[in-house]
Amino acid sequence: MGPVDLQKQAPNVVVWLLLLAMPFWMPAVGGYVELGSRVVVLGLAAMALNFLLGYTGVLSFGHAAYFGLGAYGAGMTIRYLVPSTSLGLVIGMLVGTIAGALIGPLIIRLRGVYFAMVTIAFGQVFYFIAFRWNSVTGGDDGLTGWTRQPLNLGFTTLDIQNDARTFYYLVLAVFAICVGVMAWLLRSPFGRTLIAIRENERRARFLGIPVDQHIWISWVISCAFVSMAGALYALLNNFVDPRALYWTQSGDFVIMAVLGGMRSFWGPLIGAAIFVVLQDYLSSQTENWMSFVGLFFVLVVLFFPRGVLGIIRRKVTT
Amino acid sequence: MSLLRVENVSKHFGSLVAVNGVSMTVEPGELRAVIGPNGAGKTTFFNLISGFLTQTSGKIIFDGEDVSNLLPARRVWRGMARTFQITEVFPELSVRENLRVPVEVAAGHRLSPWMSSDTSSEMSARVSELLDMGGLSDKANRLVGELSHGDQRATEIMMALALKPRLLLLDEPTAGMGDQETYDITQLIRKLHRDQKMSIVLIEHDMRVVFHLADRIMVLAEGKMLAEGTPKDIAANEVVQAAYLGKAAA
Repeated sequence: MGPVDLQKQAPNVVVWLLLLAMPFWMPAVGGYVELGSRVVVLGLAAMALNFLLGYTGVLSFGHAAYFGLGAYGAGMTIRYLVPSTSLGLVIGMLVGTIAGALIGPLIIRLRGVYFAMVTIAFGQVFYFIAFRWNSVTGGDDGLTGWTRQPLNLGFTTLDIQNDARTFYYLVLAVFAICVGVMAWLLRSPFGRTLIAIRENERRARFLGIPVDQHIWISWVISCAFVSMAGALYALLNNFVDPRALYWTQSGDFVIMAVLGGMRSFWGPLIGAAIFVVLQDYLSSQTENWMSFVGLFFVLVVLFFPRGVLGIIRRKVTT
Repeated sequence: MSLLRVENVSKHFGSLVAVNGVSMTVEPGELRAVIGPNGAGKTTFFNLISGFLTQTSGKIIFDGEDVSNLLPARRVWRGMARTFQITEVFPELSVRENLRVPVEVAAGHRLSPWMSSDTSSEMSARVSELLDMGGLSDKANRLVGELSHGDQRATEIMMALALKPRLLLLDEPTAGMGDQETYDITQLIRKLHRDQKMSIVLIEHDMRVVFHLADRIMVLAEGKMLAEGTPKDIAANEVVQAAYLGKAAA
């Protein structure tokens, strides 16, 4: 290992410091701790989507399916099986990951718009199941009658139920593990093959990379982390409803990734932060908050195709 | 045993017959050129060998094994590497990263989520070696998309070599190059052939290059093989001359 490149590490340090201190500065700027948790959870979902979109070059418009499966998996585990937060998270993640792994082989041969359309279609299947299966999922009213449980770590019990800050740090810890694994994978030989596929699929194929297989693995990894985000989302709200599976939710993830900058690792987190804060602020002012988010999105895409982080980067380099 | 044996392959696109019953045998260490007028089916023929297209009929035997129905990546694993007529590289990655990908794939690390620092420096050493051979060392950290056409071509050839192929397929390696660049690439191919005994099949329009490099030449016209032989034979062949001059074949 050479000396740590400070200039390269600076953005990482800034991001982690801001995240670690969020429960303290969020209220000072007019937010609240749960809003911070929301940013981190949806940021994880957007970053998971971006593993596929930004680093493999494959656009999924159906990631809400796995997000929602993670959410229902966590909620239903606690509601019906065992009142355990950690088990809820694990099962939620497993459910979404397994669904992704099984659906993957059916769709990975498709490219571009066709891939996006089929991912939407699969997402809608899960949406309608959750919507219709009243007796199990609670249907349109959502899955209620459960809350996240105190987290027993053996030596101490974390009161994530009532203390928003403690829950925030649980979310952040899970986020850190997931994001760390993604960053580590992207720097590995396997990660380089994904970037190669994004850059030039034909070239990758003729360098001996079985492209479909690598896209499948990338897809499953992406589904795994988005379902973990979904499981956290359920715990955050103590509630799940079918909208977590709806295709507009998938669209929100894409918006977050593109808004923040899909060619940068932290871009989607920035995008999620902007999205969540705008939503929180605007939706208290007007019912048509989405029009304003949409307008902002269009402006960013038109004038800064590399996203908000792209603007900042350009400022730094010039 | 022959390294590559193409047996009577044809490729139909609807009613168009792009390649019509062509056979070819390439011996280990041979440098074979495929020439012919535009639209003769040279690139299609190449695409059949490398697996980019599937033949309508016929067989492709590589190193004694029938690879006719194998996917491109699997042919690469067995030792075939190719370049394209229109350069195919990773434009937004540096030259070094462009080479790193095939070096790691060739070493069997394509699925590795982790690499020890020893292996990693081994990979870097191999990349440096290739950079050196391709004359790209001083441009190693530049994005390939920013390089001159000639350097992009050289990068693509080095990427193919990074796979340690037993058969190198070059589709018009000097296309669109200036005199100096053409000369450099020709010298590079010559060196690979002479010093490393690499088996090479190349499609080429520049006859100076072809006659300078090739051990044997195959001429395609309208999807069929017109002639095959040493450069001397081909230069003296009246049928070939007629085809190139556009007259009816005698």
